[in-house]
Amino acid sequence: MFAYCADPQSLEGLAWLSCYLTTGKHLLFYQSFAFIVALLLVTAPLALGVGFMGALATRSQFAPLRWIGTVYTSIVRGVPDIAFFLFMPLAIDQGLEWMRHKMRCPDWDEPIRQGSDFVVCASAKLPLSSSPQWVHEYYGVVLGMSAFAFVFGAFAAYVLAGAMNAVPRAQMETAEAYGMTRRQATWRILVPQMWVYALPGLSNLWMILIKATPLLFILGIEDVVYWARELGGRKTSAFDFPHPDWRLWYFLALLVFYLALTKVSEIGFSRLARRMSRGQATAAGVKEARA
Amino acid sequence: MTCLETIQAYALRSIGIGERLLPRSDFTLCQQFTLIGSGVIWNIYFALFALILGFALSVSVGLARNANSALIRKPADWFVFVFRGSPLFIQFFLFYEAFTLLPKQGIELNLGFVEITAGTRWLTRAWAGALIVLFLNTSAYAGEIFYGALRSIPKGDLEAADAYGFSGWKKFRKITFPTMLRLGWPAYTNESIFLFHATTLVYFSSFPAWQQKGDALYYASYFADKTFNPFIPYPILAGYFILLTLAIIWVYGLIYRHLNRHLPQASRPRLRARPQLVR
Repeated sequence: MFAYCADPQSLEGLAWLSCYLTTGKHLLFYQSFAFIVALLLVTAPLALGVGFMGALATRSQFAPLRWIGTVYTSIVRGVPDIAFFLFMPLAIDQGLEWMRHKMRCPDWDEPIRQGSDFVVCASAKLPLSSSPQWVHEYYGVVLGMSAFAFVFGAFAAYVLAGAMNAVPRAQMETAEAYGMTRRQATWRILVPQMWVYALPGLSNLWMILIKATPLLFILGIEDVVYWARELGGRKTSAFDFPHPDWRLWYFLALLVFYLALTKVSEIGFSRLARRMSRGQATAAGVKEARA
Repeated sequence: MTCLETIQAYALRSIGIGERLLPRSDFTLCQQFTLIGSGVIWNIYFALFALILGFALSVSVGLARNANSALIRKPADWFVFVFRGSPLFIQFFLFYEAFTLLPKQGIELNLGFVEITAGTRWLTRAWAGALIVLFLNTSAYAGEIFYGALRSIPKGDLEAADAYGFSGWKKFRKITFPTMLRLGWPAYTNESIFLFHATTLVYFSSFPAWQQKGDALYYASYFADKTFNPFIPYPILAGYFILLTLAIIWVYGLIYRHLNRHLPQASRPRLRARPQLVR
């Protein structure tokens, strides 16, 4: 990166360190931190959306939909999330390939599962072997994200369903007295008021989501954990920047990164909670109004 | 191989008893049930010992966070902040690297009259190293729960204790501690379930599964990799975990009933079978 880095052997002290920390691989390592933040920003709304639909499903008047909502939230909470992170990407991948196989190659007569192989016709493969390189790279990331959205959607559904039940019953009764239909009452009265009750649970969920991001490593994605192991490992003198096993320091850096991320989130959420309790019929809202 | 023979060969495979080689082809349902079930032994081991050891530390942490002296309070605050603020997965990696950096031949301890060599190899093994991480992790989470419970003990209870002449250890033993336990118990149940689920992470962080002795998820992913069919091993794993989660809720419910035995029948709070999400 710097001009004086051309010959690493001659460097010492701070100059060595500045060159070492700006090698190409280190820049990729720093990018993976940004990747984590980007992933959080994409996954959180996705999970919230899934959770919102799940919560509405558990309140539905149509019984099968209610059952689906209930089963979905209770199964995800009864099983370790890591199992879902391993299961979902593979399951989604095979499910999509199976559906495309059924649609595109109806006259295929061999069985799809042959021993320990999963064989679909070439045009049903995901991603297609003809698709560009970046599709192959991001396909795994998208699968991982959908696993996150599935698991955290169930958690969010649970939180939001609780928040919907926490909205004072009198509010809904008033809406009915004004002649609103169930749908109108839900969208105009219930949904705007539920957020303040959901916030503690959702902030908790955000923290859990942050702390689940390193699990991407298990899915074989080149994330912060991958780079920490890769860069920290012992480098012999065959490398430009030889050093002993520094993995401990790299993981310490990851620890500090996550501590900072959770701390910043905590401060942000306490501000948001203050802002959102304004004008609400809760103890915090009353206190805010007096101040 | 009949199913009975399979069970004999693999039921205790995860702790090194029975057949040495794992099945390599022609996987049967029986094999998957047996091996994944055998792996559950490790999950129970980690959860049980981390919770038992962690209980003492978490109560101490809860009390320390409530202490007046900053010298006691600050370390507890930092302990909770570090272990609750960072992912367990990273903690596993960090501790594993720290343990491998310890000298291989052991640490010489000079006690003046005798020299002891403390071995350090066992710390890099999952049974000890991962247990230490889980123990510290759950202590921090449960410590926060007990701290919250301690802060919400009704003032009247403590004043009544003073009025009856309770003080010091006796007040703590008879009033503060039981009330704290009672108030924190539902959240502690939830934390125990989370910890039990977190034990599946052990063999996916750095800790190696020596001689393929792993936990339930280790075997489930082994089968999923070999058969390329996730739809059989993972639901089996899910079944085991749902059963054990229900067992945890049942046991903690019994303890909760015992904690509330002094209350009249009608007003006894019931442990909700649907734990909230607090971790």
